[in-house]
Amino acid sequence: MEVARAKPLIEQLLLRLEQAEGHDELQVLSEEMRDALGIDHLVYHWVSSTGENYGVGTYCGDWIARYLEKGYLRMDPVVLGCFQRFHPVEWKRLDWSSKAARDFKKDAIDYGVGNQGFSVPVRGPNGQFALFTVSHNCKDDLWDAYTQENRDLLILVAHYFNQKALEFEPVRTGDPGQPLSPREAEAMTLLAAGFSRAQAAGRLDISEHTLRVYIESARFKLGALNTTHAVARALSRGLIVV
Amino acid sequence: MIRYLDADQLDKFPKLRDSMFRDRACQFKDRLGWDVKVDINGFERDEYDALNPMYVIWENADGTHGGSFRLLPTTADCMVNDHFSHILDGAAIRSPFIWECTRFCLSRRAEAYFAGALVLAGVPFVQDFGIRHVVAVFDARMVRIYRMIGASPEIMGSEGEGRDQISVGLWAFTEEAHARVSKACGISTVQIRHWFHQSFKAPKALSQTA
Repeated sequence: MEVARAKPLIEQLLLRLEQAEGHDELQVLSEEMRDALGIDHLVYHWVSSTGENYGVGTYCGDWIARYLEKGYLRMDPVVLGCFQRFHPVEWKRLDWSSKAARDFKKDAIDYGVGNQGFSVPVRGPNGQFALFTVSHNCKDDLWDAYTQENRDLLILVAHYFNQKALEFEPVRTGDPGQPLSPREAEAMTLLAAGFSRAQAAGRLDISEHTLRVYIESARFKLGALNTTHAVARALSRGLIVV
Repeated sequence: MIRYLDADQLDKFPKLRDSMFRDRACQFKDRLGWDVKVDINGFERDEYDALNPMYVIWENADGTHGGSFRLLPTTADCMVNDHFSHILDGAAIRSPFIWECTRFCLSRRAEAYFAGALVLAGVPFVQDFGIRHVVAVFDARMVRIYRMIGASPEIMGSEGEGRDQISVGLWAFTEEAHARVSKACGISTVQIRHWFHQSFKAPKALSQTA
């Protein structure tokens, strides 16, 4: 479960994710991402704006068949707990108090899902919804340390999977290619030219916090893990020129 | 006390919910004269309330609403991007680490420290959800209130004049900012964390199965 050393690999996977062209590639990437993240399972499930369900992930086929056969989707506390939320959810904080939920949990553990889980609900435009989940089998303290350390990374990976899913939408929404706004491009250009955040903020006559919002928004649009990667991507795509 | 209510939990607190939507009607329609819809029950609700926001609410001892705001992620449909991008940069602010705060409302009976407590309610978001900034939509009157409680957002852009001015601002969650607001309103961040964990704890502890 050591992730820090896998960061360059994760960054590479995200680049491939961005270029992925179909469901099969997404499936392969979900498996490789699972390995890079050092956990037992990763699942990315999305509901398109027309209500169709899609999924990729690493759960074994037997569990997926069982899940469908038992109609677990209707009572799965993870699905119910995440559907109307948009913040990450630790499985332990969900409502497992009913007998049905406890039986479901036991069943899931028997099929190797793991006793720990962390889910990130993702909302896109026009009611599009997705759920990104990582699960693992380990003790509480280990898991708490893992999710605390990697929470932001998991949130980003979840959203980048979703950016790709939005491209598969029958009716494309949002801005294609997500060009940077003038302010975002200016901020990235100054960082690329070697300005510090304080200097860049000064040049743009905005506060450092406002600058951070532009950089954060640009990073997200560029699908990068951190500012350095975001600058590199903006340069390589010709979105900024130094 | 502060309650954090995800959309699916709001209906478990009907008194709190109804008094919040009434207080919003009172603030935004009656007092500020905004062009908002008030329904037959006297509730001010808009299409963004239908998008499952999270509500952060000051609950009075009698279970009614003392003040509140609602949060939406900037990755999906939200007011800043749908209606105010022209006063920012012409482009959307989108990040899973930036949320939008709208409908910051105080009941007519609100105590002076409620506003500070509500702003402070964002403290646990950094630790638990990775949120470092909140963009907010607010009117000219709130600028003064935010200043009074030591939580002036940075104005990123405005439109309109005088009392009718509406701004998009930015709150950055920093320890200095929290310390300042906490001192001004007399509520500790420890207290806020307690309320947060009360709201988000599991209904029943899950037994260890590892």
